[in-house]
Amino acid sequence: MVTRGRLVALVAQLLCVASASAAELRIGLSADVTTMDPHFVAAQPNLTAQHHVFDTLVRTDERTRPVAGIATWRTPDPLTWEFTLRKGVKFHDGAELTTEDVAFSLERPLTITGSPGGFQPYVRPIVAKEIVDRYTLRLKTATPHGALLQDLADVMIVSKRAAAQASGEDFDRGRAAVGTGPYKLVRFARGDRIELARHDDYWGGRLPWEKVTLLILPSDPVRTAALLAGQVDAIEHVPTADIARLRKNPAFRLEQTVSWRTIFLHVDQGRDQPPGVLSKAGKPLAANPFRDVRVRRALSKAINREAIAERVMEGLAVPAANVLSPSVFGHDPAIKPEPYDPEGARKLLAEAGYPDGFALTIATPNNRYINDEQVAQTVAQMLARAGVAVKVDAMPLAVYFGKARNRDFGVALLGWGSRAADLALRSLAATANPDKGYGAWNWGGYSNPKLDDLIAQSLGTVDPARREAIARSASALAAAEVAIIPLHYQVVTWASKRDLSYAARTDEFTFAHHFRPR
Amino acid sequence: MLSFAIRRLLQSMLVLFVMSALVFVGVYAIGNPVDILINPQADQAEIAAATRALGLDQPLWRQYWNFIIGAFTGDLGKSFAANIPAVRLIFERMPATLELALAAMVIAVLLGIPLGLWAGLKPDSVSGRAIMAGSILGFSLPTFWVGLMLIMVFSVWLGWLPPTGRGETVMVLGVPVSFLTWDGLAHLFMPALNLALFKLSLLIRLTRAGTREALAQDYVRFARAKGLSMERVVRVHVLKNIMIPIVTVTGLEFGSVIAFAIVTETIFAWPGMGKLLIDSINVLDRPVIVAYLLIIVLIFVLINLLVDLAYTALDPRVRLAGRST
Repeated sequence: MVTRGRLVALVAQLLCVASASAAELRIGLSADVTTMDPHFVAAQPNLTAQHHVFDTLVRTDERTRPVAGIATWRTPDPLTWEFTLRKGVKFHDGAELTTEDVAFSLERPLTITGSPGGFQPYVRPIVAKEIVDRYTLRLKTATPHGALLQDLADVMIVSKRAAAQASGEDFDRGRAAVGTGPYKLVRFARGDRIELARHDDYWGGRLPWEKVTLLILPSDPVRTAALLAGQVDAIEHVPTADIARLRKNPAFRLEQTVSWRTIFLHVDQGRDQPPGVLSKAGKPLAANPFRDVRVRRALSKAINREAIAERVMEGLAVPAANVLSPSVFGHDPAIKPEPYDPEGARKLLAEAGYPDGFALTIATPNNRYINDEQVAQTVAQMLARAGVAVKVDAMPLAVYFGKARNRDFGVALLGWGSRAADLALRSLAATANPDKGYGAWNWGGYSNPKLDDLIAQSLGTVDPARREAIARSASALAAAEVAIIPLHYQVVTWASKRDLSYAARTDEFTFAHHFRPR
Repeated sequence: MLSFAIRRLLQSMLVLFVMSALVFVGVYAIGNPVDILINPQADQAEIAAATRALGLDQPLWRQYWNFIIGAFTGDLGKSFAANIPAVRLIFERMPATLELALAAMVIAVLLGIPLGLWAGLKPDSVSGRAIMAGSILGFSLPTFWVGLMLIMVFSVWLGWLPPTGRGETVMVLGVPVSFLTWDGLAHLFMPALNLALFKLSLLIRLTRAGTREALAQDYVRFARAKGLSMERVVRVHVLKNIMIPIVTVTGLEFGSVIAFAIVTETIFAWPGMGKLLIDSINVLDRPVIVAYLLIIVLIFVLINLLVDLAYTALDPRVRLAGRST
């Protein structure tokens, strides 16, 4: 009996091993990957694919916090970051990762030409790279720069030998796509699929999937159908309409988390006559009403965030108070979402000199964020109840961003994800200043020297704990001043077969190496 | 014949020219691709530098001039998003679209002409009426809905066919084709059928109408009076005479199948050039949009030329040189 039991156990073990070694994982991605050159366009779909092949000097965990991966770091002084590489990290071609490769990889983004959105912002703060030895690298910044860790989390480390003279096509064909990441690039078929094979010398240990295929399935119903039909094992960005149905189906499993993406309204308080902000009779107003913080707060009070989250977003949102969502660096948990109070909103408007309200137009993209146009329409109706007449002007993203940068909107809806509140506030709420690089996305024209100071202090603080305290107070100040009107944090959903589990990520990334068999 | 070809060539040059100018102005009016593709963390200086690097800070006429100069040397520009020449990007995707379009046309012709002929020969039979009713459905049901239903039925419920993507391909003369492998055929069937449905209905109706008209003609009655078998009457006298409109429509429709396979490609995640166009419009990738449309215009011109040549083969009374007067 004993031998028979042992035999069964042995066979079961063998079967397990066999199925594990033959394991393949197929994932349906929601957006096209345009190139495998990891230093060309810093677009999330591209980064998703590239993170499989390459490592970054700094990793981030599921909550977007920096963690040690191929390197650890310390800051001997505020201008110096010393990175120590893990020993024995192997490239796909068998060579060991050295500081030469890292220094090269941090330089390469600056040499890329013809890119509409490169990685220069991440490496520009580094003014000198000093290779101490094979495993030690010192990076110097001109001024203390606490956000360097967050910046480096998107810069892929490539092999100097393979990528030194490489063009974008060399990466697409795989010749130059030599990284230290968990998977080797087997085939990049643009617009169709990306085939990957396990990197057996991966420093992070042996992974369950020998073969991974990332299928490009941008059409929502089709992505769900591919999962239902068993063509893929998991999909990202499950369409809102299909979540209820998949939840009821015992063959599948959903993973959800609050995303880093905050949806908010920019209100133009910079100019005297913002476009579309008029009296109800359609005449120009004597002054820009948004300059009065009471008016901004009144608008915020008039919005029923719970209702938006529950009804319009079908539960795929959490009412927002901060510029960034709860798990992100610099989120201040002490700030609560503005409670829904239409009466209070009317009172504040009357106090500010607008007892009869006024009229405004909310501009919104209609193909970018979850239910973006419906959210804007709902906000319009809620504001109407507080006495503000609102029109909604919805358009495709391709048209929207150009107009917004042209400052054609008085009130504009935008979504933002970032790994740190000080970085987000620098782009969104700091006084626009091209010399300092502040306020590049500050469509609202909000300007407050106190906030600018806090942002500069926070970004200039290298100690993470102290920096986060300052970033929090910057978040709190922006919220108290209603620099922007936050609406909600999006919730992001993955669906997979029942026997898989995924560590849902705040930054919305989908990584095959984070799927596990259950 | 030669003067005809030269005239055609000049005409199409003009069309290409006008087309490129229109697209250029249109995309310019929508916005700046840098606004969409820029790293969100970029500051004002970096946004300006990226715009400059792509030449998008230049006045429109100069951008267009640079494009024309490039076009005459065969360079239609590099894709902003993919960092490879736009033409290569399109040619990378073209075999998939051509294969899909050809498969759809083959289905449409092989089913449409016999079915239409049958419906024309037996207009009052149950089968003839059923064919016509079916063709109305094929006309009126929207492609995207039919596509989704096909996926639901054949992939999700029955599990017979893979729902999306292109299957295994093999190289034939340097071109990847999927219809030679079982896996490839399984992937090809549903999108091709979906794309063929409208053309199939069109061909059925066209063939039926032509057949009915021809049957009433004197030469057909005479042929039958002469005692020819029905099979011979249909094959020699009816079919040959109704082929001219069918060839015209098939040719023109083939062009539109290539150009407008977009919906089907999107639904079935078929990696063709229609899907590429949509992606490129979303990020205002102008070099790709312009190059795509120019190539489509070229395809149309070429097909029209082939249709004209086919006329002369089918109908000896047609003279190409005479057509231009």
